[in-house]
Formats: sequence, structure tokens, C-alpha cells
Amino acid sequence: MNRKQQFKEGLITNNPVLVQQIGMCATMAITTTLFNGVGMGLSVLIILTCCNVVVAALRKIIPDEIRLAIFVVVIAGFVTIVDLLLQAFIPALSAALGVFIPLIVVNCIIIGRAEAFCQKNSVKDSFFDGIFQGLGYTCVLVIMCVFRELVGSGRFGGGLIDIANGFRFTLDGTGGGIQIFPSEYGMSIMNLPFGGFLTLGLLIGLMQYALKRSEKNRKEAERAAAEAAALKEVDD
Amino acid sequence: MLQNIISISLGAILINNFIFSQFLGCCPFLGCSNKVDTATGMGLAVVFVMGLASAICWVIDHYILIPLNLAFLETLAFILVIAALVQFVEMFLKKAVPSLYSALGIYLPLITTNCAVLGVVLLNVQNNYNFIESLTYGITGGLGFMLAIVLFASVRERVQFSEYPECFEGFPICLVSAALVAMAFMGFSGMKIF
Repeated sequence: MNRKQQFKEGLITNNPVLVQQIGMCATMAITTTLFNGVGMGLSVLIILTCCNVVVAALRKIIPDEIRLAIFVVVIAGFVTIVDLLLQAFIPALSAALGVFIPLIVVNCIIIGRAEAFCQKNSVKDSFFDGIFQGLGYTCVLVIMCVFRELVGSGRFGGGLIDIANGFRFTLDGTGGGIQIFPSEYGMSIMNLPFGGFLTLGLLIGLMQYALKRSEKNRKEAERAAAEAAALKEVDD
Repeated sequence: MLQNIISISLGAILINNFIFSQFLGCCPFLGCSNKVDTATGMGLAVVFVMGLASAICWVIDHYILIPLNLAFLETLAFILVIAALVQFVEMFLKKAVPSLYSALGIYLPLITTNCAVLGVVLLNVQNNYNFIESLTYGITGGLGFMLAIVLFASVRERVQFSEYPECFEGFPICLVSAALVAMAFMGFSGMKIF
């Protein structure tokens, strides 16, 4: 399978959130700071890749009738591993994401990829699918975090970037981020649930606009090419 | 005790509504809110499953997992309980109330992957609720979900007849209108009863 094609599908043309429109609960809930967004995105990426590999490796053994139950057990196992690792090594992230880390179990992206992709494809393809789909998810989270944080409180990279004593990245969630304009001028409503719904709505709307536009352009280009070919034939 | 229960109930239904302030259960919320009828049926099924799941998972957590020092397996155990429960409810409805069963259709098995159900069970553990409190939180959380989905279904029925940019067709316009409903629910935030 073509890796470039897979990469493009995961990030743009078959993006889990913007095009498949699944896994939206966590997307809207945790995108308040860049720290949360990157942490959640990478956690999902790791879990998705592991689950994809296991499901693809077992795809010939799993009986069809109880496949969903088996997928759920596999996913729950990896989610528990990641949850415990985060609690041990990055407790600030675990505290910030709270119940949304264990809730990755019911995130439709993972079970959706297991059902739609890994059942029919080899381990290697499924591994790359996990990475690219996870990257697509992370990108959406990062875009939403950056937008909501900037508009909501005038900051960039809250929790992740610390500029108090020189520029550095922190993993304990204490970084204040880069203040771009004073937070009093921000629309603090963007940090509340309202902002989550609105930002995701606008983002999916934008994506649909872009996809329609490129589809139209492609059709026009095809038509122009066909016309040119027809003209050439007439000339000949 | 009674005071506690009332404050949990009001919190779950209005102040910390599962959908509009905690974002739990957004997928079925957006998927099944086309019509008020289906929304009501879905809401009722979720109330039932959330109440039962909270009760059963509390018992399993306190009488099996904690005594055996297996609390780290909570997520795994809970999702299995919920999946079995939904299967059971499905079989029961098929036999006893076939009309509701056919009305809910595909959305019934999908309750398993509704994050509100797993969310309420995990929040019960996180908040250290006792049995009665867990049950109350489960049922009222479900009622909050039902309130949100029924309200939003009527909003959506009106949105269908209004004009909006073509690229907002489908989910985006739903999300933007949900944002406005969420803004209305913000009016409850910060309300303290006791």
C-alpha cells in the first residue's frame, strides 16, 4: 500500500475528526491548552498504533461474531497501560486530562479503525495507518488548542512552554506560555464549552469547503483536459 | 444525605450537564437528535443503562476489585459490564417492548460506546460516591443527557428550515447550534445550592 497516500488520507482526505467525524467528545473537551492537546493526541496515537498492530496480527484468529468484544478488551488493555504510565511519569497531564484518558476506550476512532481497516490489512499497513491517523487526530487537536487559547486568553503554548527563565519546554504543566496580548482582552468564553463546540463546527465547515473546492477544481481540470484532447483530435 | 442527593441531582441535570459542560456523550447526541421522538427514546434508554451501570459497577468495584487489589483493572472491568448490560437490555427490549426496540434500531448497541455511560461510572469512583449517591448520579446524569438531547432535537428541527452556508451542511451547523445551546446552559454555571 502506498505510504504517501495513507499519510494524505490520515491527515487530510480521511482525517478522523474533520472528515470521518468521529471521536469528538474528547476533541471538544480537552482542547483548552496546548499541553492538553499534544498530550491527548500523542496518547491516542500510541494506543491506536498498538491496537492496530495487535488487531491486524490476530485478524485471522478472531471469530467474526465476538470481534467487537475482543477489540474492546484489547483497547481497554492498552488504555490502562498508558493511563498508569501517565500517572507515574507525567502526573500533571494525567490530572489535567482526568477522566478523558480512561475514556479513550470508547473513543470511536480506535474501534472504528480496527473495524474498518485492520481487519482487512496486514500488520505493517495497520501500523502505518495507526501512526498517520493518530497524527491527523493530533493535528486537529493542536489547531483547536492554538485557536482557542489565542482567542480565549491571548496565549500560545500554555502548560508546555515556559519563558519565565529562558525558553524551555516543561512537562509538569506549570509553563505559562507566551503571552501574545493581555488575557483581559481575550474572549474567555472560548475556553468554556461554548468555544469547543463553535471551534470544531467552524473547523469542520472549513474542511468541507476546502474539500468541495478541490473536488470542483479537479473536475474542471479534467474537463479542460478532455476538451483539449477533443480539440486536438479535431485538428488532426 | 437528602441534601447531598438533591445537590448531586441538580448538578448532574443542570449545572454540570453531561453534554453541555462535560462533553460526555457527544457522538449519540449529534447522531440521534434528528427527530424529537428518537431523541426521547435514546434519552430513556441512556437513563436506564446509566442508572443500572452505576449500581452494578459500584458493587463490582467495592466487593470484587478493591478487596482483591485489582483497582487498576477498573476501566477494563467497567467496559465489559457495560457491554454485557447493553446486550441484556437489547434482548429484554426485543422480547418485552418490540416497538421501542425497533424505534431505537442501531443506536441501542451503540450505547456501549457512549462515553457518558463509562464516564459516569468512572466519575463515581473518582468522587468516592457511596452506593446511593452513585445510583443518583447515574440516573440524574442520564436525565441531564435526555434533557439536552430532546432540547437540541427541537432546535435542529428548526435549523433544517433555515438558511446557512452550503459548506456547513451536516455536522458543522449542528455543532454551531449546539454551541449556542451550550451558551444558554452556561447560565446555570456557578450556581450553588447548598
